[in-house]
Amino acid sequence: MAEYTLKTPLSEEDVRKLKVGDKVTLEGIIFGIRDANLIRMFDGKVPAPTDLTGAACIHTAPNVRKVGEGKYEPVCIGTTTSSRMDRFTPGLMEQYGVRAIIGKAGMMEASMEAMKKHGGCYLAIVGGAAAWETERILEIEDVWWEDLMPEAIWKFRTKNFGPLIVAMDSYGNNLYFDVKAKAAAKLDDIYKKIGAE
Amino acid sequence: MSKQSVADSFYKTVEELCKELYIKALKDLPPDVRTTLQAAYEKEETETGKQVLATMLENIKIADENNRLICQDTGIPIYFVKVGNKLSVDFVQLEEAIIKGCQRATVEHPLRSSVVSPFKRQNNQNSSGYRIPSIHYDVVQDNDKVEILMVPKGSGSENMSFLKMLIPAEGVRGVKRFILETIAKNVGANPCPPYVVGIGIGGTADMCVKLAKMAAVTRPIGSHNPDPEMAAFEKEMFEAINELGIGPMGLGGLNTAIAVNVEHAYTHITQNPVAINIQCWPARRARAILSADGKYEVGY
Repeated sequence: MAEYTLKTPLSEEDVRKLKVGDKVTLEGIIFGIRDANLIRMFDGKVPAPTDLTGAACIHTAPNVRKVGEGKYEPVCIGTTTSSRMDRFTPGLMEQYGVRAIIGKAGMMEASMEAMKKHGGCYLAIVGGAAAWETERILEIEDVWWEDLMPEAIWKFRTKNFGPLIVAMDSYGNNLYFDVKAKAAAKLDDIYKKIGAE
Repeated sequence: MSKQSVADSFYKTVEELCKELYIKALKDLPPDVRTTLQAAYEKEETETGKQVLATMLENIKIADENNRLICQDTGIPIYFVKVGNKLSVDFVQLEEAIIKGCQRATVEHPLRSSVVSPFKRQNNQNSSGYRIPSIHYDVVQDNDKVEILMVPKGSGSENMSFLKMLIPAEGVRGVKRFILETIAKNVGANPCPPYVVGIGIGGTADMCVKLAKMAAVTRPIGSHNPDPEMAAFEKEMFEAINELGIGPMGLGGLNTAIAVNVEHAYTHITQNPVAINIQCWPARRARAILSADGKYEVGY
């Protein structure tokens, strides 16, 4: 298992060298996206308000303090469950050139396929560890679609953002699917043990 | 029985406390949760699982040292209120105070308002709206206090809620299989393991779901159902769930559940209901106990 420090925006080469189990620390800009803004982008067909080529996008809606017009300070920034956003990954990668999704609990077939096809990856962060995460965000540089607050699109400048675990790579591997398959395979034995066969 | 009236300042104190408890719950984890996570870290065998648990422990430390929130999900605010039967309490004023405290926490801290209307998705930006915060009342016999337990319920865990109206012929076997299959196939990594699995057994459909919620969020880690039959069931399911190997954040490992809590009730002769409600690893909660004169103690 290799360890990498990668600067955003990411290239296809950056992503293609990653394999599940590797550790990645990111430096640079990370964009915050999630349910409401993705629904607007893809179901509402409103184009993304900023260039996402090579972007690392994190599934989040932060706690912020407003300090001026369109200006916010981080209060607490953490990561939400990714599976709800599965169907938006193909569009993010194909239409906008996003390279990495940072999230928790993983994504499914639609995302796996898009990562394979376009050269993308899923980087697992520890859910609930938002104090840890917030310490790694230096500044909120920009925000779009504030009417969706807190589900606006956020531009975070980060430092030492990791280690994140490569949980889905660009070769069709998915750590969550492996763990889930093993759990399902154990069920019959467990049923037997507790008199529920 | 003559009831004791509360002081004039009582409802103002409730408001202040409901604000303080929301913020405390988001920042300061209960000691039983801290101890359990430390023990999970020591016990964990996989490298990834160990790294994940180490980050969780580091996160608690950062939150303590820098006065930060543990998790960004401020949740749906829930207040469990127990009122002693020896007190004369005006429930309208009490409820207004709870709602106001919850709103003030959100605006004054500030916190992310995670609450929206169901169809239009309108956010009032104060963590409240029609019927929210969720407030549960109970009356306690031979008691002259008001206890308020505040739980911010994150959605990663709340979205992993399940109810099954099993039939009597499926028996305890059906209950066990439903729980294990649901955890293995549906719950898995989603609600930030290692989590508390709350299980409701019996009652009506609505009661069963509420029992699962009570089991997941109101009990300290390490507590047991007072009924020995149910306590044994908790232990059996705890071991079985951890054998699944889902592990910290669902990346594999020994620690999937930090507790399995069961709350139960009698049910109908035709019914065999079981419900699941999960509480994520930070298992946030904060509690206050007030007397009629407005004096109070804050804890977990």
